[in-house]
Amino acid sequence: MRPLIIDSVLGAIGKRTISVFKTIHNVSTLLNNIAYWTVVSPLRGKRIRFKATVSEIVKAGYNAIPIVTVIAFFVGIILALQSAYQLRKFGAIIYVANLLGVSITRELGPIITAIIVAGRSGSAFAAEIGSMKASEEVDALVTMGINPIRFLVVPKLLALMLMQPALTAIFDLVGIGGGFFLSISLLEITPHRYYTQTINAILVKDLMTGLVKAWAFGVVITCVGAYHGFQVEAGAEEVGLRTTASVVSSIFLVIFFDFFFTTLFYYFL
Amino acid sequence: METAIDVKGMTTYYGEREVLKNLTLSIPRAKTTVIVGGSGCGKTTLLKHLISLLKPAKGTIEVNGKNIAGMFGSDLDEFRKKMGVLFQGAALLNSLTLTENVALPLREHTRLKEPVIDIIVRMKLDLVGLSGFGNFYPSQLSGGMKKRAGIARAMAMDPELLFFDEPSAGLDPVTAAGLDELILKLHKAFSLTLVVVTHELASIFTIADYVIMLDAGNIVFMGNLDELKASSHPKVRVFLERKAEEEFLSPEEYFKIISGS
Ligand SMILES: Nc1ncnc2c1ncn2[C@@H]1O[C@H](COP(=O)(O)OP(=O)(O)OP(=O)(O)O)[C@@H](O)[C@H]1O
Ligand SMILES: [Mg+2]
Repeated sequence: MRPLIIDSVLGAIGKRTISVFKTIHNVSTLLNNIAYWTVVSPLRGKRIRFKATVSEIVKAGYNAIPIVTVIAFFVGIILALQSAYQLRKFGAIIYVANLLGVSITRELGPIITAIIVAGRSGSAFAAEIGSMKASEEVDALVTMGINPIRFLVVPKLLALMLMQPALTAIFDLVGIGGGFFLSISLLEITPHRYYTQTINAILVKDLMTGLVKAWAFGVVITCVGAYHGFQVEAGAEEVGLRTTASVVSSIFLVIFFDFFFTTLFYYFL
Repeated sequence: METAIDVKGMTTYYGEREVLKNLTLSIPRAKTTVIVGGSGCGKTTLLKHLISLLKPAKGTIEVNGKNIAGMFGSDLDEFRKKMGVLFQGAALLNSLTLTENVALPLREHTRLKEPVIDIIVRMKLDLVGLSGFGNFYPSQLSGGMKKRAGIARAMAMDPELLFFDEPSAGLDPVTAAGLDELILKLHKAFSLTLVVVTHELASIFTIADYVIMLDAGNIVFMGNLDELKASSHPKVRVFLERKAEEEFLSPEEYFKIISGS
Protein backbone atom coordinates (compact mmCIF):
# COMPACT_ATOMS: atom_id res chain seq x y z
CA MET A 1 0.00 0.00 0.00
CA ARG A 2 1.29 3.48 -0.81
CA PRO A 3 1.66 5.78 2.20
CA LEU A 4 -0.79 8.69 2.20
CA ILE A 5 0.60 12.13 1.46
CA ILE A 6 -0.56 13.37 4.85
CA ASP A 7 1.51 10.64 6.47
CA SER A 8 4.70 11.70 4.79
CA VAL A 9 4.04 15.40 5.51
CA LEU A 10 3.45 14.71 9.19
CA GLY A 11 6.47 12.40 9.16
CA ALA A 12 8.66 15.15 7.75
CA ILE A 13 7.42 17.67 10.32
CA GLY A 14 8.03 15.14 13.08
CA LYS A 15 11.53 14.38 11.90
CA ARG A 16 12.41 18.06 11.65
CA THR A 17 11.07 18.69 15.14
CA ILE A 18 13.07 15.81 16.55
CA SER A 19 16.24 17.09 14.92
CA VAL A 20 15.67 20.61 16.30
CA PHE A 21 15.21 19.19 19.80
CA LYS A 22 18.31 17.05 19.33
CA THR A 23 20.35 20.13 18.43
CA ILE A 24 19.01 22.02 21.45
CA HIS A 25 19.82 19.03 23.62
CA ASN A 26 23.35 18.72 22.21
CA VAL A 27 24.06 22.43 22.60
CA SER A 28 22.81 22.61 26.17
CA THR A 29 24.69 19.46 27.18
CA LEU A 30 27.86 20.91 25.71
CA LEU A 31 27.43 24.29 27.43
CA ASN A 32 26.65 22.56 30.69
CA ASN A 33 29.78 20.41 30.41
CA ILE A 34 31.96 23.35 29.45
CA ALA A 35 30.71 25.32 32.45
CA TYR A 36 31.30 22.35 34.72
CA TRP A 37 34.85 21.66 33.58
CA THR A 38 35.82 25.35 33.50
CA VAL A 39 34.31 26.49 36.79
CA VAL A 40 33.23 23.66 39.06
CA SER A 41 35.88 21.02 38.54
CA PRO A 42 38.88 23.34 39.20
CA LEU A 43 37.13 24.39 42.43
CA ARG A 44 37.01 20.73 43.36
CA GLY A 45 40.75 20.56 42.97
CA LYS A 46 41.06 19.06 39.49
CA ARG A 47 44.01 20.69 37.77
CA ILE A 48 43.58 22.91 34.72
CA ARG A 49 45.95 22.13 31.87
CA PHE A 50 48.15 25.13 32.37
CA LYS A 51 50.72 24.40 29.64
CA ALA A 52 48.04 23.73 27.05
CA THR A 53 46.33 26.98 28.01
CA VAL A 54 49.55 28.91 27.50
CA SER A 55 50.07 27.31 24.12
CA GLU A 56 46.50 28.23 23.11
CA ILE A 57 47.13 31.78 24.29
CA VAL A 58 50.13 31.93 21.99
CA LYS A 59 48.29 30.38 19.03
CA ALA A 60 44.98 32.20 19.30
CA GLY A 61 46.14 35.43 20.92
CA TYR A 62 49.78 36.29 20.49
CA ASN A 63 50.01 35.10 16.89
CA ALA A 64 46.94 37.16 15.96
CA ILE A 65 48.51 40.43 17.05
CA PRO A 66 50.05 41.31 13.65
CA ILE A 67 46.86 40.85 11.65
CA VAL A 68 44.75 42.65 14.26
CA THR A 69 47.22 45.53 14.29
CA VAL A 70 47.27 45.94 10.52
CA ILE A 71 43.50 45.75 10.17
CA ALA A 72 42.95 48.13 13.09
CA PHE A 73 45.32 50.68 11.62
CA PHE A 74 43.54 50.68 8.26
CA VAL A 75 40.09 50.73 9.83
CA GLY A 76 41.19 53.76 11.86
CA ILE A 77 42.35 55.58 8.73
CA ILE A 78 39.26 54.69 6.71
CA LEU A 79 36.93 55.72 9.50
CA ALA A 80 38.73 59.04 9.96
CA LEU A 81 38.48 59.78 6.23
CA GLN A 82 34.82 58.86 6.04
CA SER A 83 33.87 60.99 9.03
CA ALA A 84 35.96 63.91 7.84
CA TYR A 85 34.05 63.76 4.55
CA GLN A 86 30.83 64.64 6.40
CA LEU A 87 32.15 66.71 9.27
CA ARG A 88 34.16 69.13 7.14
CA LYS A 89 30.86 70.43 5.67
CA PHE A 90 30.07 71.79 9.12
CA GLY A 91 33.61 72.90 9.91
CA ALA A 92 33.53 70.37 12.70
CA ILE A 93 36.48 68.34 11.59
CA ILE A 94 37.92 68.08 15.10
CA TYR A 95 34.98 65.84 16.00
CA VAL A 96 36.65 63.11 13.94
CA ALA A 97 38.47 62.34 17.18
CA ASN A 98 35.22 61.89 19.12
CA LEU A 99 33.56 59.82 16.46
CA LEU A 100 36.54 57.58 16.03
CA GLY A 101 37.24 57.12 19.72
CA VAL A 102 33.71 56.24 20.65
CA SER A 103 32.81 54.07 17.68
CA ILE A 104 36.01 52.06 17.86
CA THR A 105 36.03 51.42 21.59
CA ARG A 106 32.29 50.74 21.87
CA GLU A 107 31.62 48.87 18.67
CA LEU A 108 34.14 48.36 15.91
CA GLY A 109 37.01 47.18 18.08
CA PRO A 110 35.10 44.30 19.69
CA ILE A 111 33.21 43.25 16.58
CA ILE A 112 35.99 43.34 14.00
CA THR A 113 38.39 41.61 16.38
CA ALA A 114 35.74 38.95 17.01
CA ILE A 115 35.31 38.38 13.28
CA ILE A 116 39.08 38.07 12.83
CA VAL A 117 39.34 35.59 15.73
CA ALA A 118 36.31 33.61 14.53
CA GLY A 119 37.97 33.22 11.14
CA ARG A 120 41.39 32.44 12.57
CA SER A 121 40.82 30.46 15.76
CA GLY A 122 37.14 29.46 15.80
CA SER A 123 37.67 27.58 12.56
CA ALA A 124 40.90 26.08 13.86
CA PHE A 125 39.12 24.83 16.99
CA ALA A 126 36.39 23.17 14.92
CA ALA A 127 38.90 21.62 12.53
CA GLU A 128 41.15 20.36 15.31
CA ILE A 129 38.39 18.80 17.39
CA GLY A 130 36.60 17.54 14.27
CA SER A 131 39.59 15.73 12.87
CA MET A 132 40.34 14.26 16.28
CA LYS A 133 36.78 13.03 16.40
CA ALA A 134 37.07 11.53 12.92
CA SER A 135 40.29 9.67 13.73
CA GLU A 136 38.88 8.30 17.00
CA GLU A 137 41.35 10.37 19.05
CA VAL A 138 38.47 11.75 21.09
CA ASP A 139 37.27 8.20 21.77
CA ALA A 140 40.80 7.31 22.82
CA LEU A 141 40.81 10.18 25.32
CA VAL A 142 37.50 8.98 26.72
CA THR A 143 38.76 5.42 27.14
CA MET A 144 41.81 6.74 28.97
CA GLY A 145 39.42 8.36 31.44
CA ILE A 146 40.31 11.84 30.18
CA ASN A 147 37.37 14.14 29.62
CA PRO A 148 37.65 15.64 26.11
CA ILE A 149 35.98 18.89 27.18
CA ARG A 150 38.48 19.42 29.96
CA PHE A 151 41.35 18.31 27.78
CA LEU A 152 40.50 20.16 24.57
CA VAL A 153 37.94 22.90 25.17
CA VAL A 154 38.80 24.41 28.55
CA PRO A 155 42.33 25.55 27.57
CA LYS A 156 40.94 27.18 24.43
CA LEU A 157 38.12 28.83 26.37
CA LEU A 158 40.44 30.25 29.01
CA ALA A 159 42.82 31.44 26.30
CA LEU A 160 40.11 33.32 24.41
CA MET A 161 38.52 34.70 27.59
CA LEU A 162 41.86 36.34 28.20
CA MET A 163 43.00 37.13 24.68
CA GLN A 164 39.77 38.35 23.11
CA PRO A 165 39.66 41.44 25.38
CA ALA A 166 43.43 41.83 25.01
CA LEU A 167 43.28 41.78 21.22
CA THR A 168 40.31 44.13 21.32
CA ALA A 169 42.29 46.55 23.48
CA ILE A 170 45.11 46.41 20.94
CA PHE A 171 42.61 47.04 18.15
CA ASP A 172 41.20 50.05 20.03
CA LEU A 173 44.62 51.53 20.57
CA VAL A 174 45.95 50.98 17.06
CA GLY A 175 42.66 51.98 15.42
CA ILE A 176 42.62 55.28 17.24
CA GLY A 177 46.31 55.58 16.37
CA GLY A 178 45.44 55.17 12.69
CA GLY A 179 42.87 57.95 12.91
CA PHE A 180 45.36 60.09 14.77
CA PHE A 181 47.98 59.50 12.09
CA LEU A 182 45.59 60.52 9.32
CA SER A 183 44.21 63.51 11.22
CA ILE A 184 47.57 65.07 12.00
CA SER A 185 48.89 64.50 8.49
CA LEU A 186 45.98 65.08 6.08
CA LEU A 187 43.34 66.82 8.16
CA GLU A 188 45.78 69.27 9.71
CA ILE A 189 44.68 68.79 13.29
CA THR A 190 47.49 69.32 15.78
CA PRO A 191 48.54 66.19 17.69
CA HIS A 192 47.84 67.82 21.02
CA ARG A 193 44.30 68.85 20.09
CA TYR A 194 43.48 65.46 18.71
CA TYR A 195 44.86 63.85 21.86
CA THR A 196 42.89 65.97 24.32
CA GLN A 197 39.75 65.71 22.18
CA THR A 198 40.02 61.91 22.22
CA ILE A 199 40.72 61.70 25.93
CA ASN A 200 37.70 63.87 26.66
CA ALA A 201 35.46 61.93 24.31
CA ILE A 202 36.11 58.41 25.52
CA LEU A 203 34.57 57.47 28.84
CA VAL A 204 35.80 54.60 30.96
CA LYS A 205 32.30 53.19 30.46
CA ASP A 206 32.81 53.03 26.68
CA LEU A 207 36.05 51.13 27.08
CA MET A 208 34.65 48.73 29.64
CA THR A 209 31.48 47.85 27.73
CA GLY A 210 33.64 47.13 24.69
CA LEU A 211 35.91 44.81 26.65
CA VAL A 212 33.01 43.03 28.34
CA LYS A 213 31.51 42.39 24.93
CA ALA A 214 34.86 41.11 23.72
CA TRP A 215 35.02 38.66 26.60
CA ALA A 216 31.57 37.33 25.73
CA PHE A 217 32.51 37.03 22.05
CA GLY A 218 35.53 34.95 23.07
CA VAL A 219 33.22 32.56 24.91
CA VAL A 220 30.81 32.41 21.95
CA ILE A 221 33.56 31.70 19.42
CA THR A 222 35.06 28.89 21.51
CA CYS A 223 31.72 27.23 22.22
CA VAL A 224 30.62 27.37 18.59
CA GLY A 225 33.94 25.95 17.40
CA ALA A 226 33.77 23.17 19.97
CA TYR A 227 30.15 22.38 19.15
CA HIS A 228 30.82 21.96 15.43
CA GLY A 229 34.01 20.02 16.10
CA PHE A 230 32.24 17.50 18.31
CA GLN A 231 29.42 17.10 15.79
CA VAL A 232 31.81 15.48 13.31
CA GLU A 233 31.21 11.73 13.13
CA ALA A 234 33.64 10.60 10.47
CA GLY A 235 35.46 11.73 7.39
CA ALA A 236 37.45 14.67 6.11
CA GLU A 237 34.56 16.16 4.17
CA GLU A 238 32.51 16.58 7.30
CA VAL A 239 35.45 18.29 9.01
CA GLY A 240 35.52 20.82 6.19
CA LEU A 241 31.78 21.42 6.33
CA ARG A 242 31.81 21.85 10.08
CA THR A 243 34.77 24.23 9.93
CA THR A 244 32.91 26.47 7.50
CA ALA A 245 29.73 26.20 9.55
CA SER A 246 31.58 27.18 12.70
CA VAL A 247 32.84 30.43 11.13
CA VAL A 248 29.43 31.34 9.71
CA SER A 249 27.55 30.63 12.89
CA SER A 250 30.05 32.26 15.21
CA ILE A 251 29.97 35.47 13.16
CA PHE A 252 26.19 35.34 13.22
CA LEU A 253 26.07 34.73 16.95
CA VAL A 254 28.68 37.40 17.66
CA ILE A 255 26.53 39.97 15.85
CA PHE A 256 23.42 38.72 17.59
CA PHE A 257 25.04 39.01 21.01
CA ASP A 258 26.39 42.41 20.05
CA PHE A 259 22.86 43.55 19.33
CA PHE A 260 21.76 42.16 22.67
CA PHE A 261 24.56 43.76 24.69
CA THR A 262 24.33 47.09 22.90
CA THR A 263 20.62 47.33 23.65
CA LEU A 264 21.27 46.35 27.24
CA PHE A 265 24.05 48.90 27.70
CA TYR A 266 22.04 51.61 25.94
CA TYR A 267 19.17 51.35 28.40
CA PHE A 268 20.93 50.38 31.61
CA LEU A 269 24.30 52.11 31.57
CA MET B 1 36.20 -20.91 34.23
CA GLU B 2 36.34 -17.56 36.01
CA THR B 3 34.88 -14.80 33.93
CA ALA B 4 36.06 -11.20 33.71
CA ILE B 5 33.28 -9.84 31.53
CA ASP B 6 29.70 -11.07 31.38
CA VAL B 7 27.38 -9.77 28.69
CA LYS B 8 23.70 -10.62 28.93
CA GLY B 9 20.99 -9.99 26.37
CA MET B 10 22.75 -7.05 24.75
CA THR B 11 21.07 -5.41 21.78
CA THR B 12 22.30 -2.35 19.89
CA TYR B 13 21.08 -0.14 17.12
CA TYR B 14 22.72 2.32 14.79
CA GLY B 15 19.73 4.47 13.94
CA GLU B 16 17.05 1.94 13.18
CA ARG B 17 19.37 -0.88 12.18
CA GLU B 18 19.91 -3.61 14.74
CA VAL B 19 23.66 -4.25 14.72
CA LEU B 20 24.10 -6.57 17.71
CA LYS B 21 21.23 -8.94 18.31
CA ASN B 22 20.60 -10.10 21.85
CA LEU B 23 24.17 -11.20 22.56
CA THR B 24 25.00 -13.24 25.63
CA LEU B 25 28.65 -14.07 26.14
CA SER B 26 31.34 -14.26 28.76
CA ILE B 27 35.03 -13.53 28.53
CA PRO B 28 37.35 -15.58 30.75
CA ARG B 29 39.76 -13.91 33.16
CA ALA B 30 43.50 -13.94 32.49
CA LYS B 31 43.00 -15.53 29.08
CA THR B 32 43.23 -14.23 25.55
CA THR B 33 39.81 -14.10 23.96
CA VAL B 34 39.62 -13.55 20.23
CA ILE B 35 36.54 -12.10 18.57
CA VAL B 36 36.36 -13.08 14.92
CA GLY B 37 33.92 -12.63 12.09
CA GLY B 38 33.55 -11.14 8.64
CA SER B 39 33.91 -7.47 7.89
CA GLY B 40 30.98 -5.41 9.12
CA CYS B 41 29.56 -8.10 11.40
CA GLY B 42 29.80 -5.88 14.47
CA LYS B 43 33.14 -6.73 16.10
CA THR B 44 34.26 -3.15 16.61
CA THR B 45 30.78 -2.27 17.81
CA LEU B 46 30.89 -5.08 20.38
CA LEU B 47 34.33 -3.93 21.54
CA LYS B 48 33.12 -0.34 21.91
CA HIS B 49 30.38 -1.61 24.20
CA LEU B 50 32.84 -3.59 26.30
CA ILE B 51 34.86 -0.42 26.89
CA SER B 52 31.67 1.60 27.45
CA LEU B 53 32.16 4.00 24.56
CA LEU B 54 28.70 2.99 23.40
CA LYS B 55 25.76 2.05 25.58
CA PRO B 56 23.52 -0.87 24.62
CA ALA B 57 19.83 -0.32 24.00
CA LYS B 58 19.07 -3.42 26.05
CA GLY B 59 21.00 -5.79 28.27
CA THR B 60 23.82 -5.67 30.79
CA ILE B 61 27.61 -5.72 30.56
CA GLU B 62 29.20 -6.81 33.81
CA VAL B 63 32.92 -6.26 34.31
CA ASN B 64 34.23 -7.70 37.57
CA GLY B 65 30.63 -7.97 38.72
CA LYS B 66 29.70 -4.33 38.02
CA ASN B 67 27.30 -3.38 35.27
CA ILE B 68 29.13 -0.78 33.18
CA ALA B 69 26.12 -0.22 30.93
CA GLY B 70 24.50 1.68 33.79
CA MET B 71 27.65 3.48 34.89
CA PHE B 72 28.39 7.17 34.29
CA GLY B 73 30.82 9.93 35.15
CA SER B 74 33.54 9.35 37.68
CA ASP B 75 32.67 5.69 38.36
CA LEU B 76 33.23 5.02 34.71
CA ASP B 77 36.51 6.93 34.77
CA GLU B 78 37.72 4.76 37.65
CA PHE B 79 36.86 1.67 35.64
CA ARG B 80 38.61 3.08 32.61
CA LYS B 81 41.87 3.55 34.48
CA LYS B 82 42.05 -0.23 34.79
CA MET B 83 41.74 -0.92 31.10
CA GLY B 84 43.78 -0.26 27.99
CA VAL B 85 42.48 0.01 24.45
CA LEU B 86 44.13 -0.20 21.05
CA PHE B 87 41.83 1.25 18.39
CA GLN B 88 41.51 -0.10 14.87
CA GLY B 89 43.34 3.00 13.60
CA ALA B 90 45.63 3.27 16.68
CA ALA B 91 44.14 6.73 17.48
CA LEU B 92 47.36 8.24 18.82
CA LEU B 93 47.06 11.96 19.47
CA ASN B 94 48.66 13.50 16.40
CA SER B 95 49.74 16.67 18.14
CA LEU B 96 51.88 14.79 20.67
CA THR B 97 55.10 12.81 20.29
CA LEU B 98 55.14 9.09 21.10
CA THR B 99 56.63 9.76 24.51
CA GLU B 100 53.93 12.33 25.29
CA ASN B 101 51.25 9.96 24.01
CA VAL B 102 52.35 7.15 26.29
CA ALA B 103 52.93 9.53 29.20
CA LEU B 104 49.50 11.12 28.83
CA PRO B 105 47.45 8.76 31.04
CA LEU B 106 50.22 8.76 33.64
CA ARG B 107 50.35 12.55 33.73
CA GLU B 108 46.59 12.84 33.92
CA HIS B 109 45.86 10.16 36.49
CA THR B 110 48.91 9.89 38.72
CA ARG B 111 51.07 12.28 40.68
CA LEU B 112 54.29 10.59 39.60
CA LYS B 113 57.35 12.78 39.18
CA GLU B 114 58.54 13.48 35.64
CA PRO B 115 61.72 11.34 35.92
CA VAL B 116 59.61 8.35 37.03
CA ILE B 117 57.17 8.88 34.16
CA ASP B 118 60.17 9.08 31.82
CA ILE B 119 61.39 5.69 32.97
CA ILE B 120 57.95 4.06 32.68
CA VAL B 121 57.50 5.45 29.18
CA ARG B 122 60.90 4.10 28.09
CA MET B 123 60.00 0.70 29.53
CA LYS B 124 56.70 0.60 27.65
CA LEU B 125 58.23 1.74 24.37
CA ASP B 126 60.96 -0.87 24.76
CA LEU B 127 58.32 -3.52 25.46
CA VAL B 128 56.78 -2.93 22.02
CA GLY B 129 60.16 -2.52 20.32
CA LEU B 130 60.00 1.21 19.75
CA SER B 131 62.85 2.46 21.93
CA GLY B 132 64.52 5.37 20.24
CA PHE B 133 61.33 6.59 18.58
CA GLY B 134 60.11 8.59 21.58
CA ASN B 135 60.51 11.94 19.87
CA PHE B 136 58.70 10.93 16.69
CA TYR B 137 55.22 12.21 15.93
CA PRO B 138 52.56 9.65 14.92
CA SER B 139 52.56 11.02 11.36
CA GLN B 140 56.23 10.02 11.05
CA LEU B 141 55.51 6.36 11.83
CA SER B 142 54.44 3.42 9.68
CA GLY B 143 51.12 1.67 10.27
CA GLY B 144 52.68 -1.17 12.20
CA MET B 145 54.70 1.18 14.37
CA LYS B 146 51.55 3.17 15.17
CA LYS B 147 49.79 -0.02 16.23
CA ARG B 148 52.69 -0.92 18.51
CA ALA B 149 52.80 2.61 19.92
CA GLY B 150 49.06 2.29 20.55
CA ILE B 151 49.75 -0.89 22.50
CA ALA B 152 52.42 0.91 24.54
CA ARG B 153 49.91 3.63 25.39
CA ALA B 154 47.24 1.06 26.27
CA MET B 155 49.76 -0.58 28.62
CA ALA B 156 50.84 2.68 30.28
CA MET B 157 48.68 2.37 33.38
CA ASP B 158 49.38 -1.38 33.81
CA PRO B 159 45.73 -2.31 33.13
CA GLU B 160 43.98 -5.52 34.12
CA LEU B 161 41.99 -5.57 30.91
CA LEU B 162 43.35 -4.99 27.44
CA PHE B 163 41.28 -4.57 24.29
CA PHE B 164 42.91 -4.68 20.86
CA ASP B 165 40.93 -3.94 17.71
CA GLU B 166 42.62 -5.62 14.73
CA PRO B 167 46.22 -5.24 15.87
CA SER B 168 47.56 -6.87 12.72
CA ALA B 169 45.15 -5.67 10.03
CA GLY B 170 46.88 -4.09 7.08
CA LEU B 171 50.35 -5.27 8.09
CA ASP B 172 52.75 -7.52 6.22
CA PRO B 173 52.81 -11.14 7.49
CA VAL B 174 56.18 -10.74 9.21
CA THR B 175 55.17 -7.63 11.14
CA ALA B 176 51.82 -9.22 11.91
CA ALA B 177 53.56 -12.29 13.31
CA GLY B 178 55.75 -9.95 15.34
CA LEU B 179 52.64 -8.39 16.84
CA ASP B 180 51.25 -11.82 17.70
CA GLU B 181 54.53 -12.60 19.46
CA LEU B 182 54.20 -9.35 21.35
CA ILE B 183 50.66 -10.22 22.41
CA LEU B 184 51.82 -13.65 23.63
CA LYS B 185 54.69 -12.03 25.49
CA LEU B 186 52.39 -9.54 27.19
CA HIS B 187 50.03 -12.31 28.11
CA LYS B 188 52.78 -14.45 29.62
CA ALA B 189 54.45 -11.62 31.46
CA PHE B 190 51.43 -9.91 32.96
CA SER B 191 48.67 -12.57 32.84
CA LEU B 192 46.16 -10.01 31.63
CA THR B 193 42.65 -10.49 30.39
CA LEU B 194 43.01 -9.77 26.72
CA VAL B 195 40.27 -9.26 24.16
CA VAL B 196 41.51 -9.18 20.58
CA VAL B 197 39.42 -8.54 17.49
CA THR B 198 40.93 -10.01 14.36
CA HIS B 199 40.19 -11.84 11.18
CA GLU B 200 43.62 -13.28 10.54
CA LEU B 201 43.44 -17.05 10.80
CA ALA B 202 47.13 -17.34 11.66
CA SER B 203 46.71 -14.90 14.54
CA ILE B 204 43.78 -16.80 15.95
CA PHE B 205 45.69 -20.05 16.15
CA THR B 206 48.74 -18.37 17.67
CA ILE B 207 47.21 -16.23 20.38
CA ALA B 208 43.71 -17.42 21.22
CA ASP B 209 42.69 -19.31 24.35
CA TYR B 210 39.05 -18.71 23.67
CA VAL B 211 37.21 -17.76 20.49
CA ILE B 212 33.94 -15.92 19.93
CA MET B 213 32.65 -15.79 16.39
CA LEU B 214 30.10 -13.23 15.24
CA ASP B 215 28.05 -13.21 12.10
CA ALA B 216 25.70 -10.35 11.22
CA GLY B 217 25.31 -9.41 14.88
CA ASN B 218 24.72 -12.95 16.16
CA ILE B 219 27.09 -15.27 17.97
CA VAL B 220 27.67 -18.38 15.90
CA PHE B 221 30.43 -19.93 17.95
CA MET B 222 31.96 -19.74 21.43
CA GLY B 223 34.67 -22.08 22.72
CA ASN B 224 38.37 -22.92 22.76
CA LEU B 225 40.60 -23.64 19.77
CA ASP B 226 40.00 -27.40 19.73
CA GLU B 227 36.28 -26.87 19.79
CA LEU B 228 36.67 -24.34 16.98
CA LYS B 229 38.54 -26.83 14.80
CA ALA B 230 35.96 -29.51 15.55
CA SER B 231 32.95 -27.27 15.01
CA SER B 232 30.65 -28.25 12.21
CA HIS B 233 28.77 -24.97 12.06
CA PRO B 234 28.71 -23.96 8.39
CA LYS B 235 29.78 -20.34 9.08
CA VAL B 236 32.76 -21.58 11.12
CA ARG B 237 33.77 -24.04 8.41
CA VAL B 238 33.56 -21.35 5.74
CA PHE B 239 35.68 -19.03 7.86
CA LEU B 240 38.31 -21.65 8.68
CA GLU B 241 38.55 -22.99 5.17
CA ARG B 242 38.66 -19.46 3.74
CA LYS B 243 35.92 -20.25 1.24
CA ALA B 244 34.07 -17.47 -0.42
CA GLU B 245 30.49 -17.64 0.68
CA GLU B 246 28.30 -18.14 -2.30
CA GLU B 247 24.84 -16.79 -2.30
CA PHE B 248 22.43 -18.81 -4.35
CA LEU B 249 19.74 -16.60 -5.78
CA SER B 250 16.75 -17.63 -7.77
CA PRO B 251 16.16 -15.67 -10.97
CA GLU B 252 13.22 -13.92 -9.28
CA GLU B 253 15.40 -12.83 -6.32
CA TYR B 254 18.14 -11.63 -8.62
CA PHE B 255 15.60 -9.64 -10.60
CA LYS B 256 14.43 -8.05 -7.35
CA ILE B 257 17.97 -6.96 -6.52
CA ILE B 258 18.75 -5.42 -9.86
CA SER B 259 15.38 -3.74 -10.22
CA GLY B 260 15.81 -2.28 -6.72
CA SER B 261 12.37 -3.16 -5.45
N1 LIG C 1 28.80 5.04 13.46
C1 LIG C 1 28.03 4.20 12.77
N2 LIG C 1 26.81 4.58 12.30
C2 LIG C 1 26.02 3.73 11.63
N3 LIG C 1 26.35 2.46 11.33
C3 LIG C 1 27.54 2.01 11.75
C4 LIG C 1 28.44 2.84 12.48
N4 LIG C 1 29.55 2.14 12.77
C5 LIG C 1 29.35 0.91 12.24
N5 LIG C 1 28.15 0.82 11.62
C6 LIG C 1 27.58 -0.36 10.99
O1 LIG C 1 27.53 -1.40 11.93
C7 LIG C 1 27.98 -2.60 11.36
C8 LIG C 1 29.08 -3.20 12.22
O2 LIG C 1 30.20 -2.35 12.16
P1 LIG C 1 31.57 -2.68 12.89
O3 LIG C 1 32.47 -1.51 12.72
O4 LIG C 1 31.28 -3.12 14.26
O5 LIG C 1 32.09 -3.91 12.02
P2 LIG C 1 33.41 -4.77 12.19
O6 LIG C 1 32.98 -6.14 12.48
O7 LIG C 1 34.34 -4.13 13.15
O8 LIG C 1 34.03 -4.71 10.73
P3 LIG C 1 35.58 -4.63 10.27
O9 LIG C 1 36.11 -6.00 10.42
O10 LIG C 1 35.49 -4.23 8.84
O11 LIG C 1 36.25 -3.63 11.13
C9 LIG C 1 28.43 -2.32 9.96
O12 LIG C 1 27.48 -2.86 9.09
C10 LIG C 1 28.44 -0.82 9.83
O13 LIG C 1 27.87 -0.43 8.61
MG1 LIG D 1 36.16 -3.17 13.05
